[in-house]
Amino acid sequence: MSIEISNVGKRFGDFVALDDVSVNIPSGRLTALLGPSGGGKSTLLRIIAGLERADTGRVEIEGVDATGLPPQKRNVGFVFQHYAAFKHLSVRRNVAFGLEIRKRSKDDIRRRVDELLALVHLEQFGDRLPAQLSGGQRQRMALARALAVEPTVLLLDEPFGALDAKVRKELRDWLRRLHDEVHVTTVFVTHDQEEALEVADEIVVINEGRVEQIGSPDDLYDRPANEFVMRFLGPVTQLGDQLVRPHDLQLSTGAGDRAGVPGRVTRVTRVGFESRVGVITDDGQAVTVTLTRNELLALGTEVGDEVRIRLAPESPTTTSTTPAQSAPVSLTKKFASAGGANLTQTS
Amino acid sequence: MTTTTLVPDLPAGNRRPVRAGRPLTRVSGLGLGVAMVWFSLLVLIPLAAVVVTASEGGWDGFWRTVTNEQTAATIRLTVGTALLVTLVNIVMGTLIAWVLVRDRFFGKRALEVLIDVPFALPTIVAGLVLLSLYGPDSPLGVNIANTRIAVFLAFLFVTLPFIVRTVQPVLAELDQEAEEAAASLGASRFSTFRRIILPSLTPAIAAGAALSFARAVGEYGSLVLLSGNLPMRTEVASVRILSSIENDNPDSAAAVAVVLLAISLAVIVVLDVLQRRVMRRG
Repeated sequence: MSIEISNVGKRFGDFVALDDVSVNIPSGRLTALLGPSGGGKSTLLRIIAGLERADTGRVEIEGVDATGLPPQKRNVGFVFQHYAAFKHLSVRRNVAFGLEIRKRSKDDIRRRVDELLALVHLEQFGDRLPAQLSGGQRQRMALARALAVEPTVLLLDEPFGALDAKVRKELRDWLRRLHDEVHVTTVFVTHDQEEALEVADEIVVINEGRVEQIGSPDDLYDRPANEFVMRFLGPVTQLGDQLVRPHDLQLSTGAGDRAGVPGRVTRVTRVGFESRVGVITDDGQAVTVTLTRNELLALGTEVGDEVRIRLAPESPTTTSTTPAQSAPVSLTKKFASAGGANLTQTS
Repeated sequence: MTTTTLVPDLPAGNRRPVRAGRPLTRVSGLGLGVAMVWFSLLVLIPLAAVVVTASEGGWDGFWRTVTNEQTAATIRLTVGTALLVTLVNIVMGTLIAWVLVRDRFFGKRALEVLIDVPFALPTIVAGLVLLSLYGPDSPLGVNIANTRIAVFLAFLFVTLPFIVRTVQPVLAELDQEAEEAAASLGASRFSTFRRIILPSLTPAIAAGAALSFARAVGEYGSLVLLSGNLPMRTEVASVRILSSIENDNPDSAAAVAVVLLAISLAVIVVLDVLQRRVMRRG
């Protein structure tokens, strides 16, 4: 185990940022700390880096007790959401900073900086000032700067949060490839579940200062431990008292079919490759079903049709704590916001 | 502004983007005209007049005046003390600004207001305060009247706010994450201060230092009571100028004024050059 966090607690005044958190972060992998804003994930990252001190608990990095160590002695690389560039220094000098502090020879530094600039594709930009780079380039510079000192762990705090959607997606892919090349133990904080699911080997879901679940992206998506994880990782709809994913529901129109919950189609919306079908069950519950375009065509269903809703076998469900009766309004709302959540959530 | 960043093929360099000048429109031409007239009336013409007056006695006359033993002593004392005071202010002003921005303590708001007292106080009142506190009847038992320390102290008193007030807003705006980044890269607090914080503060420190020096060189009211104005010992340039005028010798007064002017200009230029260097070096 590379980073071992045991029983860490942290308060800011009355606000409990972390409440007895224990996590083991494996060596050489890419781990995401995922959760809503203000949930404590950044605080945990800053505690690992030594930028914040835990009130209680222990932090071990590669078997060394780091609880009381200052950030200078932890040998971690830290990348900030807003780049934290050294504005008065050129890109080269930014990247070289950690090496200069470590008093490496001039030749060593030059060679290493060249290597890193090539790694982050900033070879031609070495003599520029950070202000002359785009956001994405600045963040790559920050990453090279953090990697320069060959850190034991690389920590990234919402690294793509300040970038626009397109650049964010590019950098996300690029970070994944970079990690496959460099293999340094990496922890990154994000509130974007799509980013976590796409990039991470392992996800730690943190909410209100507690760890909700730890697992691989598949684990979390297919076997959510509770309602929070279920809701946070993707769109949900409610059928009876179960929370399910709208794309795990199937519709049938066969007259002789007795299985499933009967209802009537109230709305069909097509969004690109997927179609959302709104169904009111005979019990008066509004359910959203997501079908692919082809499934919808094959079904040939239209508004007003009688249908039956069934859950696909082995689909993840969690029991909802919200009463079924109050569901209709809140559920459709929930789904609408969950669908757009990837791009609209802000910290 | 950002044209250079949009052209990736250009060889990279530290060049600042050049802002293209716009041709003057009628309105902006009027604006420029008003600004120039104003500036000329208030600054350029009086300065030129001083230089002209000083040169009336010819180069020899000018040189004789400023190398006059007593006059040279006042200039040496004034400039030397002003430089020393500016150095002290660079350290203390930055320190006070740091404390005001970064630390939380009881009485911070009060200190915040008190810093400006030397600005607000009429200098002769400051002189009176200093005289009653450090004069012959000092309640503290410290008598520095008629010594050069009195000059030094008076300069310190009136120039205190300059660097504090120029550095404070810059320090407050500094990106503290850059400091955290430096720390996680292994930089000690001192290294971080020297290599990351100081370069960002230097322009503000330089600006404050220039103001502080200029103010000290021209100071009169606050020291005239305590210093005793003893020729060759505690007489400063401004006092010397006044006595020249009183002795109906405006040429001599203007000559001293021109010397002070030249020195102030030189100091401002040197500070600007230094400031650019420190910023680049990091």
